Amino acid sequence: MSKRKRSSLVGILTSHSLFWPIMALVALLGFNAIFVPSFFYIQVVDGHLFGSLIDVLNRGAIGVVLAIGMTIVIATGGVDLSVGSVMAIAGGVAALLLTETQASCWMVVGAALLASLLAGLVNGMLVAKLKIQPIIATLILMVSGRGIAKFIAGEKIITIGEKSFDASFDYFGNGHLLGLPFPVSIFVVLFVVTFLATRWTSIGLFVEAVGANEKASRAAGVSATRVKIWAYVFAGFCAGIAGLIAASNIGAADTINAGVFSELDAIFAVVVGATALTGGRFSLTGSVIGAILLQLMMTTLYTLGVPSDVAPVPKAVVIVMVCLLQSPVFRDQFGRLLSMERKREGL
Amino acid sequence: MHALAGVNFNLQAGEVHALMGENGAGKSTLIKTLTGVHQRDQGTVLLDGKPVSASSPLQAESLGIKTVYQEVNLIPHLSVAENITIGRQPGWMGMVNWRAARNAAKRALDRLGLNLDLDRELCSYSVAIQQMVAIARAVSEDAKVLILDEPTSSLDENEVDDLFVIIDGLRKDGLGVIFVTHFLDQVYRISDRITVLRSGELVGEYLTAELPRLELVGEMLGKNVNEDDAMWSSSRQPSTGDRHAIEVKEKQTLLEAKAWRRRGAMEPFDLTIGSGEVLGLAGLLGSGRSEIARLLFGLDAATGGKLCIDGKLCANWSPRKAIAAGLAFCPEDRKVDGVIGRLSVRENILLAMQASRSVLKTVSLPQQTALAEHYIDRLRIKTPSSETAVDTLSGGNQQKVLLARWLAMSPKLLILDEPTRGIDVGAKSEVELLVESLRREGMAIIFISSELDEIVRTCQRVAVVRDHQLLGELQGGISEKAIMEMIASAKPIDGAKRVDGAP
Repeated sequence: MSKRKRSSLVGILTSHSLFWPIMALVALLGFNAIFVPSFFYIQVVDGHLFGSLIDVLNRGAIGVVLAIGMTIVIATGGVDLSVGSVMAIAGGVAALLLTETQASCWMVVGAALLASLLAGLVNGMLVAKLKIQPIIATLILMVSGRGIAKFIAGEKIITIGEKSFDASFDYFGNGHLLGLPFPVSIFVVLFVVTFLATRWTSIGLFVEAVGANEKASRAAGVSATRVKIWAYVFAGFCAGIAGLIAASNIGAADTINAGVFSELDAIFAVVVGATALTGGRFSLTGSVIGAILLQLMMTTLYTLGVPSDVAPVPKAVVIVMVCLLQSPVFRDQFGRLLSMERKREGL
Repeated sequence: MHALAGVNFNLQAGEVHALMGENGAGKSTLIKTLTGVHQRDQGTVLLDGKPVSASSPLQAESLGIKTVYQEVNLIPHLSVAENITIGRQPGWMGMVNWRAARNAAKRALDRLGLNLDLDRELCSYSVAIQQMVAIARAVSEDAKVLILDEPTSSLDENEVDDLFVIIDGLRKDGLGVIFVTHFLDQVYRISDRITVLRSGELVGEYLTAELPRLELVGEMLGKNVNEDDAMWSSSRQPSTGDRHAIEVKEKQTLLEAKAWRRRGAMEPFDLTIGSGEVLGLAGLLGSGRSEIARLLFGLDAATGGKLCIDGKLCANWSPRKAIAAGLAFCPEDRKVDGVIGRLSVRENILLAMQASRSVLKTVSLPQQTALAEHYIDRLRIKTPSSETAVDTLSGGNQQKVLLARWLAMSPKLLILDEPTRGIDVGAKSEVELLVESLRREGMAIIFISSELDEIVRTCQRVAVVRDHQLLGELQGGISEKAIMEMIASAKPIDGAKRVDGAP
């Protein structure tokens, strides 16, 4: 009796959508605990926390921020491929204002975010109003975005450093708040605000309704067009924040390399975090876990001395594993295979 | 469950044989077993007296069984000649003899008396011409049987005439033509015999000239017209019906549609409904009943006419505006336009109410749960909890969730499209009782059903639809027979209240 109860508890746990992503996270942490002894060592210097774990969160911040925006877009049944390019645009706008004008840090941040909101609005209009397939619609800005960023920031990589460099802009990517790196504070705040905004108001309901069945949502009076446009605007906003962090981090607007492939990492994070690409139910928590999992994996691989151009291979393997374990169809077939094996042994 | 059970069908050379039945009666299944798309479990197919068995559409074609489907199955950007000869171009070792191909195409078109430019892109011609090219292709090689699946559904009247001339020619050539349609008029114009299917079973085979329209409608619906008339009349006492009629006159007009229409879906129609009134929409499946509902609710955009609610003109009509004006709609296909399967019962009930408010005025979670619990109780929705995903519930309970969504909005007009389809008898009478009690509360209800007895029991007034046209209305002393006579009538019946302005 008690055994049965326990197995059902395990069943409930393993069937929870976030069980496998969390297990993967724990497994990776465990691996590091064994093979990288200094991994859990956290130092306090000048009231700031330092250490490998903090480093993972800090470096993962861009991925987390993008994944939060991507979650909402994917939940509406779409996808946003342009977030990497929008990062470059935001960085370019910031660099231009910092080097060419006397604008204050707030104005720089505001202008960069405005540009990314506009980019999101363009995506949203293409998808919701003109009914272009999301992949194609956002591909347009993905391809042209870097050109736009280059046009804004000039031909060369603009270094924001040097004499005109604004110290408060540096804070964005390299500062500390309450002991934590500022990018970590940003993603924590963004996560909490987004979580409350979607779950305490009806925004989450509308997003999930449109993603699960757009026609039926329309018939219930939900303005699917508006919901979709706002989703892409929000994804653009997140990309803008990520772009500012990236630009401030390296003290440069690198229009060619900023955010390259980051849209794919964001999609990975969302999928690993148990939001289906078909839209509908979404899990912001899952996406954050997914993004941190990806960063933890990269950091672990680098610590082990795996060259950076080989690292994506083991990363891909882990992603596939987690996604397969989450899939009910796969689990079903896998379970059947196991039970067949057991039967054979019994015979 | 069989899609098709023990059906005999025979086609003679040189005849046009109409295959009739409502949607889901098994017409398409029968066609598909003949053409090798589906494999039959039992039975034989004889062609010229010899048993044949087509295991694929290609094989069926080589046997001489050719099919032209509703959606033209040709390649729009190839020329007319290419479309007729593609897949069987004359030539040698992969080289195409284009001259011979053009000649073959020319012969095929000449046979039907078509004079088309062989080199023009097919898509530059109208759908009707494309359909004729498809027929030319089908009969260009030793065809014995030609199956036309709903060939006229996207054609206008003149085009139908042209098509019928061609069909008549083929009949004289000795081809057997199977004509699938739901247009009664066309069946009587072109066919020699009629086979009626219902729910996958054979109802009967008739000579067209000997089968009155009324009887045909009766056979399709499964009602025997020769039975005693008492069986047909309303179960409600006539006096009750009259009382309703008087009541109706006193009620205020809520909705008024004038020449409201959508090209290709519904001819212009006029409709009025007042509060505290149940208006039935009767007609065969696919006749335009659902189209009327969707147009009124703004799910499909109207292409003309005007619609007034409470005397206010409705412009840029959409479900959102319809809901704001007090309309509610339970669609026929509740999984497509109705419930959202992956969301919970609570969320599904809440959705319309929340959508009508602004995001900032979010209904609090305890209120949401209370709302859901209230309707689960009131409508007796069988669900483990208010958090259960709707797609795990039975069809009848999904229907109730949808009803709950709209009742929570206290609408002025509730449109129910086939609310009783696929639910058990007990649940059906629950729906009827609910409709009656809502009517008493002053709600206006449009009730759409294929089951005439339900319409007769529930409605005070019935509008009859056929072939995407509103034929007219019946009021007082509504009976199943009266409804069926109107559906079967060649022209709108004079005795019935004729709708003003409708063509």
